[in-house]
Amino acid sequence: MQFFFEVLIGGLLAGVMYSLVALGFVLIYKASGVFNFAQGAMVFFAALTTVGFMSMGAPFWLAVALALLAMVALAFFTERVVLRPLVNQPQITLFMATIGLTFFIEGIAQLTWGAQVHALDLGIADEPIEWLMRNTGMNISKFDLVASGIAAALVAVLAVFFNKTRTGRALRAVADDHQAALAVGISLQRIWVIVWIVAGFVALVTGLLWGARNGVQFALTFLALKALPVLILGGFESIAGAIVGGLIVGASEKLAEVYIGPHVGGGIESWFPYVLALAFLLVRPEGLFGEKRIDRV
Amino acid sequence: MLYREAGQFKTTYAADQQLFPIRQDRIGIAILLAVVFVGVPLAAETPAIAGAIDFNYWFSGVLIPFLIFSLAALGLNILTGYAGQLSLGTAAFMAVGAFAAYNFELRVPGIPMLASFILAGVVAALIGIVFGLPSLRIKGFYLAVATLAAQFFVVWALTKFGWLSNYSSSGVITAQKLVVFGYAVDTPVKRYLLVLAIVSVMALAAKNMVRSSIGRAWMAVRDMDVAAEVVGIPMMKTKLLAFAISSFYCGVAGALYAFAYLGTVEPAGFELELSFRILFMVIVGGVGSIMGSFLGAAFIVLLPIFMDLSAASIERSFGFALPAGLVSNLTLILFGALIIFFLVVEPLGLARLWQIAKEKLRLWPFPH
Amino acid sequence: MNSFSPDMTAGRKTGRPILEIDDISLAFGGVVALQGVSFDVQEHEIRAIIGPNGAGKSSMLNVINGVYHPQQGTVAFKGRKRRNVDPHEAAQQGIARTFQNIALFRGMTVLDNIMTGRNLKMKSNFLQQAVYWGAARREELEHRAKVEVVIDFLEIQHIRKTPVGRLPYGLQKRVELARALAAEPELLLLDEPMAGMNLEEKQDMSRFILDVNDQMGTSIVLIEHDMSVVMDLSDRVVVLDYGRKIADGTPDEVRNDKDVIDAYLGVAH
Repeated sequence: MQFFFEVLIGGLLAGVMYSLVALGFVLIYKASGVFNFAQGAMVFFAALTTVGFMSMGAPFWLAVALALLAMVALAFFTERVVLRPLVNQPQITLFMATIGLTFFIEGIAQLTWGAQVHALDLGIADEPIEWLMRNTGMNISKFDLVASGIAAALVAVLAVFFNKTRTGRALRAVADDHQAALAVGISLQRIWVIVWIVAGFVALVTGLLWGARNGVQFALTFLALKALPVLILGGFESIAGAIVGGLIVGASEKLAEVYIGPHVGGGIESWFPYVLALAFLLVRPEGLFGEKRIDRV
Repeated sequence: MLYREAGQFKTTYAADQQLFPIRQDRIGIAILLAVVFVGVPLAAETPAIAGAIDFNYWFSGVLIPFLIFSLAALGLNILTGYAGQLSLGTAAFMAVGAFAAYNFELRVPGIPMLASFILAGVVAALIGIVFGLPSLRIKGFYLAVATLAAQFFVVWALTKFGWLSNYSSSGVITAQKLVVFGYAVDTPVKRYLLVLAIVSVMALAAKNMVRSSIGRAWMAVRDMDVAAEVVGIPMMKTKLLAFAISSFYCGVAGALYAFAYLGTVEPAGFELELSFRILFMVIVGGVGSIMGSFLGAAFIVLLPIFMDLSAASIERSFGFALPAGLVSNLTLILFGALIIFFLVVEPLGLARLWQIAKEKLRLWPFPH
Repeated sequence: MNSFSPDMTAGRKTGRPILEIDDISLAFGGVVALQGVSFDVQEHEIRAIIGPNGAGKSSMLNVINGVYHPQQGTVAFKGRKRRNVDPHEAAQQGIARTFQNIALFRGMTVLDNIMTGRNLKMKSNFLQQAVYWGAARREELEHRAKVEVVIDFLEIQHIRKTPVGRLPYGLQKRVELARALAAEPELLLLDEPMAGMNLEEKQDMSRFILDVNDQMGTSIVLIEHDMSVVMDLSDRVVVLDYGRKIADGTPDEVRNDKDVIDAYLGVAH
């Protein structure tokens, strides 16, 4: 029983990581209707840039600040080169453009900083929490717990930003209806740059946490894919959904691997979340928190 | 002055429905077919020309993969370009084709090779239908997730179920020797001709389908599925047929990939990156275009070769070695930039650019 | 009675109802679109549905051909009663329609769009089509000939090969009508066929609609806002307001009905 909880909590905490990636997606999708496949590449780029500057001798806080600047530059670049020219195109076209963007960002990142794996030390050890270990015998990593705390703080900040500030309101307006937002004088271009900057910031936090856990490497890019089942469960437009979806995917993935895995030879983590999402879609195509779409003819 | 339709009137619907209604096009195609089927192999056999050009490299390293990827791109184009169902699982269906063909050859004594390929395609088609079932309820990106599930699950299953790879480690299989109608297909020229023949026939079949009622049904579903239903197009049958036929094409491409190109394949060689590569071929070449599949495949196959050759010649001329990974990273950057470029400038890809060129040619030498 | 030979004049109004709407109610969540609507459509007649915006007219058409499923009530087409039907089945039974916001297939030419209207009648399977020579080709040419009759009828020969996205609005509407006619329907549902047209285009469209009814005997249900068109074209009129039927009769009867006048003038009720 205790083992079950250990796996469960481990899974939930891993799920928090997925939620962070999904969060970036949701932000951009909410504001521009673009499904940003390049989110994973942005995570990789942000982490790699931080580590790169650190390896050049910059202290941690400076490297992070510089990386954030790089993300801002990326946001401007993306809006100008990708989003603006494709503004009225169907969603699928924009999605494919972000796939192109993914490869572009990866190439630039590796060209600039090299392709080897970098270690990233945030000062939080990936060790079991001692008093928990002593009292209940459960092995829960300190790092995972801190990461969840950071993620929770991030979500809280974003929630305040969206609901209480003027820019946040403008973002929600744009998410709802581009034309109407334009009609009340909201500059789409400015909003999109802001959103991509915020998503870039989220990518940076995600990148630092993931990078510290798994090392900063190319494989981070394919995190983007794990976020897809999260988004399906949680809906593409809901921050709460991204969190809940991430937790569910993380937990179920670990539990499935531990309990079902041995019967079929293991390694089912690679496809289990997708099949889960698929099954879910068949029952509820709009996700847990998504809105039901009625096609008007 | 060359490319004019003046005087070429069509007096029957039959004449109007021809594949190549313009006489100049017919001549062009005849010449092309003559060159690829007869001209190239003859040149390879002629000592004078064969000495100057490394035909083996061109056959094995360029033309054969180009043809095979064109076939896979064709399959994906049918599903995504014509029927509008986004698929990120192309490589998985190729894998199914490769492993199915291998197993048929292995376990059914005396089976003709072409039959193995066709059956491999059928197996891929059946798997395609299974993973296509969600399309009846799900659309757009959500459907992409279903195909991703297929992609990851198939690769996992091919590795885990040892029977499929005859219990070799990590699922590696070595394709049996190609023997078609009793002839050993063992030289690059012969492999080239075999692949060329198969791809040509399948491309013709695809062209025929897209200009018939099934093709129109696919495009209707792609453009506005509610209206398609109202007009009486059966949603389920149309979508599943798209998945089935697309997977058949990808399956045969996969079988050829193993038997006529690489020789040895493993599940890890059919990962998501391959699916993306084929998707790029479709985007760059032109969605919803048969010719576009070929143009896109040519582009994506030739681009890395071009980059490598350029890098090699730069290294030679300037006498220093470029940093490791520079070329591969630049290729990535170029890929990404080109995708965005095509989507912005010409979303209908190279095929559309070709059409525009032909239209300009009609007017030539007049400007308008 | 529904062949394409323009010389035949089909009989008018046999007195039998081809469509019977009985107590239909439709709601989306909390929004009520239709409430207890009942009326019938005689064979070969032109029936107009009119009413202020939001009255539920399009929803009514959507119920008839199965795009929306009502919570209550039945629809009887050619005597067969049902509540729910698939749009695909409705098409098979002989109902065709056009849409308010043109539902053409933008990636295809005019000819291909109209050919999709014949899809139901084409029987060759995909293998035959892959081979093309033989059965599939014969069928293509046969149906192409039928489609050309419709193209001639609606005078759109010159734009056959044009992708529909490039056509002006009025021509797109005509192509949509052609696609509906290509299916040789017994019941044609037209959702604001004249919307956005100038006087000349409206005259052309009215002529086409009358010809369809006259020469092919097709029963027509028509939503329209232009009153003069309604008066000229229709045999009988149904008036909807806030999802309810408020009048039913000949154009003259309806025009002078007090409830109808109130609804259009916006008198609170």
